[in-house]
Amino acid sequence: MTERDTSSLPSPSWGGAGGGARSERPRAERKGDAVRPAAPTAPSPTLPHEGGGSGHADTAYNFAYLDEQTKRMIRRAILKGIAIPGYQVPFASREMPMPYGWGTGGVQVTAAILGPDDTLKVIDQGSDDTTNAVAIRGFFARTAGVTTTTSTQDATVIQTRHRIPERTLTENQVLVFQVPIPEPLRFLEPRETETRKMHALEEYGIMHVKLYEDIARHGHIATTYAYPVLVDGRYVMDPSPIPKFDNPKMNRSDALMLFGAGREQRIYAIPPHTDVKSLDFEDHPFEVQRFEEPCALCGSTGVYLDEIVTDDKGGRMFVCSDSDLCEEQRAGQPVDA
Amino acid sequence: MYVAVKGGETAIRNAHRLLADERRGDRSVPDITLSQISEQLALAVDRVMAEGSLYDRDLAALAVKQARGDLIEAIFLIRAYRTTLPRFGASEPVDTAAMRIRRRISATYKDLPGGQLLGPTFDYTHRLLEPSLADGNEPPEPETGVATGEAVPRVTDLLGTEGLIEPDPQADPDAEIRDLTREPLEFPADRSLRLQALARGDEGFLLALGYSTQRGYARSHPFVGEIRIGEVEVEVFAEELGFSVPIGRITATECQMVNQFKGSAKAPPQFTRGYGLVFGQSERKAMSMALVERALRWEELGEEQTAPAQDEEFVLSHADNIRATGFVEHLKLPHYVDFQAELELVRRMHAEAKTGDETDGTPRQEAAE
Amino acid sequence: MPHHTSLDNDTPLLRASGVSRFYGSRIGCHDVSFELWPGEVLAIVGESGSGKTTLLNCLSGRLTPTAGVVEYRMRDGTVRGIFSMSEAERRFLARTDWGFVHQDARDGLRMTVSAGGNVGERLMAVGARNYGAIRGEALDWLERVEIAADRVDDRPDTFSGGMRQRLQIARNLVTGPRLVFMDEPTSGLDVSVQARLLDLLRGLVADLGLAAIVVTHDLAVARMISHRLMVMRGGEVIETGLTDQVLDDPRSAYAQLLVASVLQP
Repeated sequence: MTERDTSSLPSPSWGGAGGGARSERPRAERKGDAVRPAAPTAPSPTLPHEGGGSGHADTAYNFAYLDEQTKRMIRRAILKGIAIPGYQVPFASREMPMPYGWGTGGVQVTAAILGPDDTLKVIDQGSDDTTNAVAIRGFFARTAGVTTTTSTQDATVIQTRHRIPERTLTENQVLVFQVPIPEPLRFLEPRETETRKMHALEEYGIMHVKLYEDIARHGHIATTYAYPVLVDGRYVMDPSPIPKFDNPKMNRSDALMLFGAGREQRIYAIPPHTDVKSLDFEDHPFEVQRFEEPCALCGSTGVYLDEIVTDDKGGRMFVCSDSDLCEEQRAGQPVDA
Repeated sequence: MYVAVKGGETAIRNAHRLLADERRGDRSVPDITLSQISEQLALAVDRVMAEGSLYDRDLAALAVKQARGDLIEAIFLIRAYRTTLPRFGASEPVDTAAMRIRRRISATYKDLPGGQLLGPTFDYTHRLLEPSLADGNEPPEPETGVATGEAVPRVTDLLGTEGLIEPDPQADPDAEIRDLTREPLEFPADRSLRLQALARGDEGFLLALGYSTQRGYARSHPFVGEIRIGEVEVEVFAEELGFSVPIGRITATECQMVNQFKGSAKAPPQFTRGYGLVFGQSERKAMSMALVERALRWEELGEEQTAPAQDEEFVLSHADNIRATGFVEHLKLPHYVDFQAELELVRRMHAEAKTGDETDGTPRQEAAE
Repeated sequence: MPHHTSLDNDTPLLRASGVSRFYGSRIGCHDVSFELWPGEVLAIVGESGSGKTTLLNCLSGRLTPTAGVVEYRMRDGTVRGIFSMSEAERRFLARTDWGFVHQDARDGLRMTVSAGGNVGERLMAVGARNYGAIRGEALDWLERVEIAADRVDDRPDTFSGGMRQRLQIARNLVTGPRLVFMDEPTSGLDVSVQARLLDLLRGLVADLGLAAIVVTHDLAVARMISHRLMVMRGGEVIETGLTDQVLDDPRSAYAQLLVASVLQP
């Protein structure tokens, strides 16, 4: 069992609130790479707010770092986002102990929804092993003590940067995206006051102007990532810089998708089973990237591949971007990607 | 056989160990103490407190040490720590007229009640490197005088009694005090939010913007009405007692710019204010803030918007160095998934262009897709 | 001659009543009232500072008047105050049933978007989603404003001043507006280019039955394209009437001076 001993944690930070909204749900079966958090390290004794009546060193910070008031504020923003799919909800983003632009929005959303029974997976570029994914996973292992995993199917919360896992997500999972620039209109109109008005009035003609220009110039739409979508027939939304290959995975997904932009102070959401349509023209329909060869390691097809440069003579190979999928395939496990 | 990259965790751990070692530097040199930083690099500590939005010299000194002297990194450490602190309430407005003055100058009057007091300043020093500092020589004790206890009224108050300067806007005492760190910044921002954003904004950014107003990009004809540096008392209103009680003193720098204003339909020609207030001693920051603050007020004063320093969205969205540094530096995170997508597109378009060349000898205008 | 021959010939297309705009104590325009009928071209003339651009901005909803009402007869026949409708309605009106041709084409065009994209934008804004159809429509409009079809993918920053103005006109007319506002549409162009543009404008206005309000300091421009004329000075309308009448027989001393100061055609 991976149940954490909660008796040593101070009540104010644990209580009911720390458990988040999802703690009563049966925990997913954990296997694969699920690991117990390492022994916590002591915070600096000079910090004045340390303590809280506990002798447990790691609890110098509240469960999942943020205080309960802040988490409630973020949950309100998330709920509003879910109620208005694709709408960017302003929220009072906090200064996090990691730089803006490195996932502070995703981290705050994760912190707000994480419960002690959750199993967390963090990926960057599709991989659990990239440095930023490792750092964020370590942050929650330390501050929340939750079980972490690299297995997509074992995770209840998956925080991601730039990819959606290949394995179809389920209704028991939440995908949290790290978002650098939440405003899909930003590079067409830099002014926030104006873009908010454009959303309010559904003035989205300019989005198609951009696609028109692509076709006029290149013969096809040349946007390859952060490809804008229309959510629930109402709001144009930036899906974060995922490759457009991943866009179809958002449409009518069983999993809840949450987007956090810390620096820009915005949260938005795609509730389960919501229509998500990539913008296009009738005579130039949306298309995803196709790879000509299978993954060189596991042989998967129909998945997103990373190009690995193997020498300086033009040698290269293509391997799965989703490292968990690749490992499972090689281990012979069935995957319903 | 290619094996996917592993071991991010170990690499990070080792990198941080190396960082700790480099931070310590040559171990034959004594470890720098926090009190040395706080006492001898006091202005660095002041800047970290100001832009970190947390008045605590010891923590700021720790941050400077931990950041190896990188002040933006130190500010970042303070900001991240600040997030975890509970917010109990807001203080009463500090009364800078009652400041215990260490330095006070006015450029608008030769002499004035309370006098000009130079205090500890780099002004009028010759910027010549002093070898004696390298030798660790102790400086002579400073000259001291006896405080006269004379009141030191603010220059703007002197102008105010004549009605020549716009009145200081009075906040509605019942209005809730807004807090930039607890609610998202939305535009248009009111003056208090603007001032909060500027007070924690990057000194270099505000300096450059303030400078631009002097060079004609939203010129406001500023005079330094007054700069004062010293200790002010911070009071909080105690509900239980029904009156305010002092909780401590902080050092602050206040700058009141007096700016020309040619009048509008509603107001006769009079002087207007640009305001700067910063934790610790930082005249450069306080002055820059005052210039930019005044420039941002173009709309309420019926002026024309012509320059970057007047553009509220531009200024407030980019003044925060912690956001700026994070987003600039995030470019070093892996982006290979998106790059792959672009690579694929460029390759395809290259191939299409080539096919076009081969078939009809001219670059294709439009591919048939 | 003013066209009073529209289907709804008993109601004006636009009616301004007592429109005033102050900048502090300074007068932008003061107590302006008039009616504009479908298919009618009204020129507002005056020196710079006379308030004609302020008035145009008030009429087109770009500037809120200090006092007065501007009413517009919508396509469904209802008459609406343009400042009492919601901003959403006003913006929709402005990008469908109205056009606005700026003096400087850079204010009215997207300089980094191709000519085709510039013309197509309004169509896409109202839901057109077929690339081929949008492009076809854009090409059709480029032809009507005498821009060669092979420039459809070029950006307006590679166009001459006259071409930019013609492109701006095409961009505005693609949704079939009934009213177009123009702010000094020909100033800054060479005389020969001006003449060609005015000719084109006159043709389009007649073919499409457009109503237009044209601000100009150039009486020759007013004479060439407008049916009716309003002379402004110091924010006030000092003379109004049929264009030929005012220009051939000005009543006010100021209008006489104005007319005398330009060479007669």
